[in-house]
Amino acid sequence: MEKFEYSSAVTGFGMSDIGRRLMRDPMALTVDASLAAIADAGLTRDDIDGVCTYPGMVPGAGGFSGAGAHDLIDTLRLKPNWHNSGLEQAGQLGSIVAAMMAVATGLCRHVLCFRTVWEATYVQLQRTGQIRHSGGGGRLSGGMEWRIPYGAASAANWIALYCSRYMHDYGLTKEQLGQIAVNGRKNAALTPYAVYKDPMTLDDYLNARLVSTPLGLYDCDVPCDASVAFIISHKDTAKDCRRGRGVGFEAVGTANTERVSWDQGDLRYLTGIDGPAKMLWSRTDLRQKDIDMVQLYDGFSFNALCWLEKLGFCGEGEAGAFLEGGQRIARDGELPLNTNGGQLSAGRLHGYGFLHEACVQLLGEAGARQVPNNPQTAIATSGGGVPGSALLLTAPR
Amino acid sequence: MKRPLPMLTEVNRFFWTSGADGKLRFLRCSACRNYIHPPVPVCDKCLSMEQEVVVVCGRATLVAVTVNHQMWIPTIEPPYVVGIVEIEEQPSVRLTTNVVDCAEADLRIGMALEVQFEECEDVFLPMFRPVGVVAKVGAGER
Repeated sequence: MEKFEYSSAVTGFGMSDIGRRLMRDPMALTVDASLAAIADAGLTRDDIDGVCTYPGMVPGAGGFSGAGAHDLIDTLRLKPNWHNSGLEQAGQLGSIVAAMMAVATGLCRHVLCFRTVWEATYVQLQRTGQIRHSGGGGRLSGGMEWRIPYGAASAANWIALYCSRYMHDYGLTKEQLGQIAVNGRKNAALTPYAVYKDPMTLDDYLNARLVSTPLGLYDCDVPCDASVAFIISHKDTAKDCRRGRGVGFEAVGTANTERVSWDQGDLRYLTGIDGPAKMLWSRTDLRQKDIDMVQLYDGFSFNALCWLEKLGFCGEGEAGAFLEGGQRIARDGELPLNTNGGQLSAGRLHGYGFLHEACVQLLGEAGARQVPNNPQTAIATSGGGVPGSALLLTAPR
Repeated sequence: MKRPLPMLTEVNRFFWTSGADGKLRFLRCSACRNYIHPPVPVCDKCLSMEQEVVVVCGRATLVAVTVNHQMWIPTIEPPYVVGIVEIEEQPSVRLTTNVVDCAEADLRIGMALEVQFEECEDVFLPMFRPVGVVAKVGAGER
């Protein structure tokens, strides 16, 4: 049996406006991105027979969740054969894999996938009293009770702990880690939608205020308002789409092989990465040398470092040396990394931005920031610290 | 100090109130003596559901550490030290905690720590200080 990845392709994608404090209704952002993706695929809303999103409507999630699947289905009066959302899946891009499975099993022909955040606006509405913060004064439950009482309230703290251990064991320097942020900013200068485009030197990075040692401000991504949407179509219907063929899937990695925990699993590498990385390579004959670019989750710089290493682009503990100087990961380097600026500079599109950039590049539609030499393969990932996922994508063939 | 505190349940109450007598306790499998944390109703090693709460020695090793500089919770003023410690009885059992009574320059991954508790309402938060440091009155308070 042919592997399920070959059944579907990305036939369209779209983005809303992206920015800080856009002060727009997150459903409006979601509609913008969704209609753009449908139009980009050359379809109409009547063609959409599946809807899938991460994380869906999560009570109390604030700006983390801008629209649920039910909300969008009702708003656009879609009539999907299948829909799905959830926080508990293989990272944000796990929702793309779910859509691929719905297509491969024959439930759907064209699945609309979306991810909407409105974190910048939500915080602004809180500050100005237009949204009341809920949950204040309540007691902690679930995983939070083990960290929040100690002031370890942010993923910046939880990831800083791992980074401290990795630096201790492998001698990674801030100068080496900083190449991920500096490279991202350099790339973002050519990305029209990027939130931060101003030039940033390694000194700027090193002198930024500390958030949680060893992580400083520029190791942390930029909360923003954004919606990104994709159309995942069955390959037999892709010919009905505007481009004729879409961006192909070669392999997925979704394995969840470690403790789902911020402190009980591996301490050197963020959990949730090793399983997807190994599974990805187990489902393809392609190897690292065949990969033309990587779009690796960088909610924090250290996430991208863990993905680089766990995907085998360098040996154990060697990511620092690999990143040294930044030439290898530059847009014209041997392994271009986060060519739109990543979440560190383009903004926290929360996983979906990496797939978007991979598609734009593989279609040769990246304009000024196009990776040279007609790239044919890309890896896009999401997650780390929480269960992640990896996608190996191929240019239309 | 006013901190966000755990909701006490029949599952976690033993842990968060353990410090009332100055001792740290964990859940342990009665069948194979594997320590279990966070508390769940089954042993991850042997799948036995027979469990007991046992006192541990309170010594631990610092295995990851960060100095937090950003205010996340208005009542907890930075900077403060967050660490992950492994308990002496079974290093796979870890706590995210605060390292107290230790200058930032003296923090070392691998250093030996021992438990002390900060009483907050009905909760006793285990925190850790370098071995040999005598707890100050109100230690943990800043």
